[in-house]
Amino acid sequence: MEVSPQVESPIARQAYLWRIRLGLWRRNLAEFLAELRNHPLALLGGVIIILYLLAAILAPYITSYDPTRGNLRVRLQPPAWHPEGSWEYPLGTDAQGRDILTRIIYGARVSLTVGILAVGISATIGLVLGAITGYYRGRLDWAVSRFADLLLAFPYLIFAIGVMAFLGSGFTNLILALTFKGWVEFFRLVRGEMMSEKTQEYVEAARVTGLGHVSIMGREVLPNIIQSVFVLATLRMGYMIILEASLSFLGLGIPPHIPAWGSMVAAGRDYLLVAWWVSTMAGIAILILVLAINVFGEGLRDILDPRLRVE
Amino acid sequence: MRTVKILERILAAIPIMLGVAILVFLFMRLTPGDPVDIMMGQGGAVSAGEMEQLRHEFHLDEPLYVQLWLFLKDAVRGDLGYSYIQKRGVITLIAERLPATIELAMGALFFALIIAMPIGIVSAVRQNSPLDRLSMAAAFLGISMPAFWLGIVLILVFSVTLQWLPVQGRIDYGVGLEEVTGFYVLDSIITRNGEALVSSLRHLVLPSVTLGAAVAAVVARVLRSSMLETLRSDHVTLARAKGAPERGVVLKHALRNALIPTVTVVGLQVGVLLGGNMIVETVFSWPGLGRLTVTAIFQRDFPLIQGAVMIYAFTFVMANLIVDILYTYLNPKITL
Repeated sequence: MEVSPQVESPIARQAYLWRIRLGLWRRNLAEFLAELRNHPLALLGGVIIILYLLAAILAPYITSYDPTRGNLRVRLQPPAWHPEGSWEYPLGTDAQGRDILTRIIYGARVSLTVGILAVGISATIGLVLGAITGYYRGRLDWAVSRFADLLLAFPYLIFAIGVMAFLGSGFTNLILALTFKGWVEFFRLVRGEMMSEKTQEYVEAARVTGLGHVSIMGREVLPNIIQSVFVLATLRMGYMIILEASLSFLGLGIPPHIPAWGSMVAAGRDYLLVAWWVSTMAGIAILILVLAINVFGEGLRDILDPRLRVE
Repeated sequence: MRTVKILERILAAIPIMLGVAILVFLFMRLTPGDPVDIMMGQGGAVSAGEMEQLRHEFHLDEPLYVQLWLFLKDAVRGDLGYSYIQKRGVITLIAERLPATIELAMGALFFALIIAMPIGIVSAVRQNSPLDRLSMAAAFLGISMPAFWLGIVLILVFSVTLQWLPVQGRIDYGVGLEEVTGFYVLDSIITRNGEALVSSLRHLVLPSVTLGAAVAAVVARVLRSSMLETLRSDHVTLARAKGAPERGVVLKHALRNALIPTVTVVGLQVGVLLGGNMIVETVFSWPGLGRLTVTAIFQRDFPLIQGAVMIYAFTFVMANLIVDILYTYLNPKITL
């Protein structure tokens, strides 16, 4: 146990506090990783997610093909294991002679970026609103909760499609459409947790020591509820990726010139009779990623927050 | 007492519906561009004078709250506006397509329940058996699978390769069916048309499976976990101790209580059915509300999009209302 240093300057004090925090986090992380070893499926999911992330980041170094420009002389080439296929195009080519594997790798950029941004922004908005309304209650709580109820009256995909129809397709609009309703779940989770945490003794103690409301929320309560938010965020990530792919499949998501999994599946529909791989490969990429995220998310929930287990 | 609770619930749904209408109205007004242009969609080649006249006709020269009031007044009377592209009333267009969509949703729900109920029950009774593990893995797959991709794979396997089932539409070309209700399966039965019945059922299979798969997965998981819970509860143990046969214990004592959370989830899954509806109708060229809406989006037919989104949201609210009411009948202990 370290002995608290003489508090000479606020900077030294902060540095000391941060050292303790970092130590705790490191220990928590080590504990978490040790726990993960008992959940082999979740571990596998995590590894797959990391592989997808790496592929997305390192796309230009993994493949030498251009994801948008094709070679019509090699259009609709079957995948490598097909008698007529070749390893030059492991998953075959599409109608414009573009390498499907390359497009899947570049498509991962869209799916992961949209998934991470949409969930990240939703979680942040939900966290802030949920914490404030759950802590202070009052009229603001009433208003935000009613608005959340209203948004819940729309099926998610319909809502996103409606928003995209009015805003038009595009990356920013897509994120906007997904977060416009996405924050509600995080808001409800955090609000509920905040309301129950607020009655705990440690909050009372913090108040007695003269801590301000914002400090109580941020420093005392937040560390206790952030894990649930994290678990929910992971579990929502897969859903967001499917939503993005569905919108792109309908032609309402990412503009057609950017390779995205949903639009790849849509484009292959015209060639189902002659080239089944064009449509199916991108779908398999979605399936594996979402499966990995969901398995990882459930493992995370079991480790971090078994209470959420109730379906 | 129950009637009061149900009435309360219905009354609570009214402000939600009102809010939905206001939100949809605001979306339309927030769309960038001239509202007249937007409402006219692609048919918007009109002169400046006509524009002014239309502006007056649409009450766009009035303040926003007056516009909102007029919009709500029309909506309550069942008037959701006019599609200038299709040159017909929005509500007529929607009403025409609704039976196809409802038929598909029913098919999907039927498929989902017929798959999920036995799987959920058996998995719980034989927890951790290979069968349980296999079904839960399948359910996990169902949750993680995009519907549009599943639809395409099913088409590839059952239509293209095996040629068992049709790829698209509601009925084979050339099969004469007299439309009575717009529900083809029902119409075939009413008019005693065997050929049409077989054809419409065959067309219904793949879209229903595609739309119902995710619902089946969720319902099976929830039913299994709530069955596990009720199977361990005291009253089930008591029933066993009294010597009730196992089948009766499972089906009567455990299942009935396990159904309560399951019904809620089925209600929420109606949202998935409605949302997935646009996707599945697009994949299978199913002439329902979903396809109508997707087409409207590409034609920038905003009055029609607005009306369709509203109908979807209303249906969802109604479905949840029905579930809430059903809930009271399943478990009289529960107060709404």
